[in-house]
Amino acid sequence: MTELFTEPLEDEAAGNAEPQPRMQRRTAPIVPEQNIAGRALVSVIAIMTFLSCLAFGAVTLVRDTASVWENQISREATIQIKPADGLDMDKALGEAAQLASRMPGVTGTRIIDREATARLLEPWLGTGLNIDELPVPRLVIVTIDQANPPNFDALRTALASKIPGAALDDHRTWVDRLVAMARTTVTIGVAVLALMLVATVLTVVFATRGAMAGNGHIIEVLHFVGAEARFIARQFRRHFLVTGMKGAAAGGAAAVMVFVVFSWWASRNLATPQADQAAALFGNFAIGSAGYLGVILMVGLIGVLTAATSHVTVVAYLSDLDVRQTDGG
Amino acid sequence: MIRFENVGLRYGMGPEILRDISLQIPERSFQFLSGPSGAGKTTLLRLLFMSLKPTRGLITVFGKDRSRITRAELPYLRRRIGVVFQDFRLLDHMTTYENVALPLRVRGREESSYRTDVTELLKWVGLGERMHVLPPVLSGGEKQRTAIARALIEQPEILLADEPTGNVDPQLARRLLRLFIELNRLGTAVVIATHDLGLMEQVDARRLILADGRLDIYD
Repeated sequence: MTELFTEPLEDEAAGNAEPQPRMQRRTAPIVPEQNIAGRALVSVIAIMTFLSCLAFGAVTLVRDTASVWENQISREATIQIKPADGLDMDKALGEAAQLASRMPGVTGTRIIDREATARLLEPWLGTGLNIDELPVPRLVIVTIDQANPPNFDALRTALASKIPGAALDDHRTWVDRLVAMARTTVTIGVAVLALMLVATVLTVVFATRGAMAGNGHIIEVLHFVGAEARFIARQFRRHFLVTGMKGAAAGGAAAVMVFVVFSWWASRNLATPQADQAAALFGNFAIGSAGYLGVILMVGLIGVLTAATSHVTVVAYLSDLDVRQTDGG
Repeated sequence: MIRFENVGLRYGMGPEILRDISLQIPERSFQFLSGPSGAGKTTLLRLLFMSLKPTRGLITVFGKDRSRITRAELPYLRRRIGVVFQDFRLLDHMTTYENVALPLRVRGREESSYRTDVTELLKWVGLGERMHVLPPVLSGGEKQRTAIARALIEQPEILLADEPTGNVDPQLARRLLRLFIELNRLGTAVVIATHDLGLMEQVDARRLILADGRLDIYD
């Protein structure tokens, strides 16, 4: 190479001068840092990730809540004994509890005593109530082994034959309704999440392609100076992976922040009417670890998606470049 | 090094832009490619540079049949050909130095291994002072020389230059021409596409004249 430079252009005075000391500048990346399209891409990715993460969080919340409803209710059944003439209520309660506890699948029984029954009726009848003066039905709570529930029909028949006025409520109607409702809610949530993800994927793909459109000349120059296709693709992939991750991380962080703020609000307002209302509806208003894991996965997925789109665009551009027939000169 | 036999090219279903072109670019040769605007000079250069495929005829590049060159082989063959584009094609986010070093960088070479070569080449083309300047602030002539330096950095076996004096004053044009002659003296085959008759008259070199899609060669 030195041979080539032995004879510099003779009348190029400036060219012969000593070069200025090189400024401390990092070598420019092959793909330029950020242009307007790049910044727009980061924003779009951030917004879509945020919305997707919220949708994901909401679905996990509803799913967890639904399973909590289902479990809490199906964990118990109630035996109700109506007072009747000549019925020794305490004996009947004891018998019913005994009968139920003998059934396989029943883990325990609990008789709601006089005081507790009075407390239950307090909102309607006020305090200072003597329960014995009123024909009030009494309850036995039967705790059920969820994995191996008892035969309710057999229990119902046995109760009816032994204790007149006893009725078994296994909450089945309630459970069935709630389960159906919860399943519908989760199905709708999953559908919304799926739509959200598809929209995110498409938005990311189109925004990446938009950002890539401004880089055609770079691909072309690299191609013509003898860069291999995989070198060019690698440069763009790396750049867009970082861009995608930046946007996705920002969106994911914002979503996590929303989750944290809600959890904090819920815990701070514990035992206030609003929180009780929210708790009644959603259970514990907190996104579980699955929600946070989902956010991390989402960020990774979107980063990879952005990189893959840029890769495909570069490869398509390069194969187009070699067969493209533009106007001649 | 490059050989055309009865090469024809048409864009899509249009008329043939180039017809029955037969030529040879020997090693260490120097030639002008000329003809009126729109005669197909750039197209012919693109065929030489393998960025277009002919619609008929045979092109042999460094002894290889163009139609059999795979896409994976292209970058390696292109590294043996230096091209100066009419519109320079410099990357605006890179300095003059980085633009010139680009062909070496894409080959995966470390900066320390080529820094001296790039600096010397830039001095040689008279851009020693403009090494760390971005292309948008360079003059037309400086951009031109940057593009030439980038084409030369890998010491190509053949240099293709498309209207390299199109954007510069006659004095600089003469200087650039001297640069090409010097390069040719050092062993690089040179093809200069130009319609500047004044430039061609300064050198007694082979002329390839394109007219109506046909090529006439004056040795």
